[in-house]
Amino acid sequence: MSEFLLEIDHLSKAFGALRATDDVTLAVRKGETHALIGPNGAGKTTLVGQLTGELKPDAGRIVFGGRDITALSTARRARLGLARSFQITSIFASLSAEGNVALAVQATEPHSFRFWQPAERIARLRAPARSLLADVGLGRVGNVAASRMSHGQHRQLELGMALATRPRMLLLDEPMAGLGIEESRAMSKLLASLKGQYTILLIEHDMDVVFSLADRISVLVGGRIVASGSADEIRNHPGVRVAYLGEEDDDLDADG
Amino acid sequence: MTLALLVEQLFNGVQFGLMLFLMAVGVTLVFGIMRVINLAHGSLFMLGGYFLMAALAWTQSYALAIPLAFVGAAAVAVVLEIIVLRPLYRRGPLDQVLATFGLTLFFNEAVTVIWGREPIPLSIPPLLTGSVEIMPGSAYPLYRLVITAVAIVAGLLLYLLITRTRIGALIRAGSDNREIVAALGININLLYTLIFALSAMLAALAGIMMGPLLSVEPGAGDPILILALVVVVIGGIGSVRGALVGALMVGIFDTLSRVLIPLAIQTNATSALVGMAVYVLMAVVLLFSRTGLFAAHRG
Amino acid sequence: MTLPARRGALLVVLLALAIALPPYFGIYYVRFATQIAIYGMAALSVDLLLGYSGLITFGQAALFGVGAYAAGMLTVYGVTEAFVVWPCAILVSMLAAGAIGALSLRTRGFQFIMVTLAFAQMAYYFAQSLRNWGGDDGFTVPQRDHLGPLALTDHTTFYYVVLALLVLVALFAHRIVRSQFGRVIRGIRDNERRVAAIGFPPYPYKLVIFVIAGGIAGLAGALMANHAKFVSPATMSWQLSGELLAMVILGSANSLIGPVIGAAFFLAFRDVLSDYTEHWMLFFGPLLVARVLLVKDGIWGMLLRGVGIEEANGSPKLDYDQSADPIADAEPGASR
Repeated sequence: MSEFLLEIDHLSKAFGALRATDDVTLAVRKGETHALIGPNGAGKTTLVGQLTGELKPDAGRIVFGGRDITALSTARRARLGLARSFQITSIFASLSAEGNVALAVQATEPHSFRFWQPAERIARLRAPARSLLADVGLGRVGNVAASRMSHGQHRQLELGMALATRPRMLLLDEPMAGLGIEESRAMSKLLASLKGQYTILLIEHDMDVVFSLADRISVLVGGRIVASGSADEIRNHPGVRVAYLGEEDDDLDADG
Repeated sequence: MTLALLVEQLFNGVQFGLMLFLMAVGVTLVFGIMRVINLAHGSLFMLGGYFLMAALAWTQSYALAIPLAFVGAAAVAVVLEIIVLRPLYRRGPLDQVLATFGLTLFFNEAVTVIWGREPIPLSIPPLLTGSVEIMPGSAYPLYRLVITAVAIVAGLLLYLLITRTRIGALIRAGSDNREIVAALGININLLYTLIFALSAMLAALAGIMMGPLLSVEPGAGDPILILALVVVVIGGIGSVRGALVGALMVGIFDTLSRVLIPLAIQTNATSALVGMAVYVLMAVVLLFSRTGLFAAHRG
Repeated sequence: MTLPARRGALLVVLLALAIALPPYFGIYYVRFATQIAIYGMAALSVDLLLGYSGLITFGQAALFGVGAYAAGMLTVYGVTEAFVVWPCAILVSMLAAGAIGALSLRTRGFQFIMVTLAFAQMAYYFAQSLRNWGGDDGFTVPQRDHLGPLALTDHTTFYYVVLALLVLVALFAHRIVRSQFGRVIRGIRDNERRVAAIGFPPYPYKLVIFVIAGGIAGLAGALMANHAKFVSPATMSWQLSGELLAMVILGSANSLIGPVIGAAFFLAFRDVLSDYTEHWMLFFGPLLVARVLLVKDGIWGMLLRGVGIEEANGSPKLDYDQSADPIADAEPGASR
């Protein structure tokens, strides 16, 4: 079997004249934590959309665990083990935190055409949900309505739901988005604990987290991968600095 | 089935299709730009006919009655937009559907209160009676030709408005991004009111023109509204081109099926099949493309 | 008293009123209450789709009508055993719902509303074309079906049977909504994108709830055919679909009981006002508009808040059982 769990092969997608994804080729090894960084508007959202099956690429393929998933639906990909957390919190507002995770646990069953037993009494759904909530730091707030939780708790819940589906790979879309200092530290620790257990494709802006966690980093600019390598290689890559920071002179004008 | 009859039915189909286009383009514009489902659109069609009848009774002249009917319809549209539609822009589809449904119920009853339940026939304007020989041996009503021409002109004017004028650019921009258009200092409220009034006047135009052909009665707009919705489903929401293509398809398909199916199949179920033909068409298009033929927005 | 228990007590009170009051007031009110129960059942089926699945359907009247026609036709043909006729009506309407749903559920949002409306209209035209069955005028049903040995000609007996069925349907729906299937459906309502992202394909689940709701509407239709002893295409009109939606929202969506209360309100409104004017719709239309634009919740929701059972801030209804013991249920393999 290939050492790569996810292979993106010459993927392209254009919206009219805009080439949002321009011949992207990327591979993520099993067990690797691979970070995808790039300035805003680089096409990360479009790429994620194609990976999860919400957008159809114009050309290219996506291979997951040796299997071509380019034509598969989002739900099928999730069932094959590709889990995703959302950049903008995407939870079930009418359920509790535990209910949210329990529903994700429920998704691992072959089907949910069960009409009789009240879901909230089913221990084989609640027990794993509770333990996952504890893992992500929400152990005490299982019964709180998801709609009432803070933003930071939402990010933790996002992660919990992704983990609940017992995935092979985690596609984490800006898990640090909008977090305060304490929350960032907690999330960072949490992500570090996942490293190695799961194959992770991490999309992030927070460079501290990226450089401390990632085994390899790819840089997406204008829909193309302009650089790919280890943390050191990327840190010192001239093209990356230009893409992110503008021309050398602008460095002095920029804040911080 | 003579060639002359077939040609005549084709003309009828195109004419009906163009009427549907006038309705459908209003629905698709309002939804595409303001994201509002307006089920009361059929009421505006109906009111067009009623206002024409009332204005005729008052002025005894088509030349005066027609503009008056337009003014009446536009006034109703503006009031509706300000009072009912504006709060609905931020609401979900359920609220919009129910509120505009409530409006339809109200209007259907209101015309009954004012003018009674019986259908009121309208006569064709005296200048436009008579027929034209479109083919040897086939006389086609002049009135139908005229309203077809008017619909085509209205369509062209609309096209020019949307693609060549500043207002048209604002309309297209407004559909993509409200905030930016508002930030440019343009009065979004006014813009939306204008767009809604425009769509209402197109519906009223269809109602005015069809008045002499269909006769005016409570609920007259409802079957037309439903067909207009079918057109929008087939053509794709938000697409004017789709509204035109869909409307012509529906108009021609419906008219021809009413003539051809009874010829081909002689059973008791014939009239059922005829009425259902358009919906079968819609089902087929949906199987082929779930967003319609020319969807401008992704659902 | 815990919140769910208080809500249950209120429901019991309402049920007791439903059982005791109408016969006390006389046959006219028994018949009126029967009508409320029947439309309430149909509106409940709409709530299953609207309130619990997020599917706004403008075509439920078609399934109601299909049930009515099926029951009416069978009875005319001499099959008068309710234990045969009513399940047949349910089955036929479930099949119809399956056919309509298979196509309409491929669309979303605005399109779904329009497509259900269009298919309902198709059913209406089909019913109108049935020359042998009265066409647009419909046909009369010679007699009510009988439930085994129990004749239903007596209005009060029939009312209690209908009421019992309504309660059964409500309990059934309540069960479904809390089940694993119900969780998925409510997930689809809350966030269809997320449901797919965790591994549930939305389409099959939506189709199943659509078929279930169709069956319930069909049962209501069969009961209507028995109640009025008359069936016509008007039972399939899109206006009725709209009225059912209005009943749900007037009574409170997402509650199963709300629609029944909404039906009671709608029918009472119509009944009272039509004594004064045949143009009662002139007032109902604006009432509906006002409810949508100005009022946040329906009658059942207001009732619950008034009695102190729900929060006042209109937060989304919390769907989990707060009385469950968090510790005891945490052990894997704990008794169910």
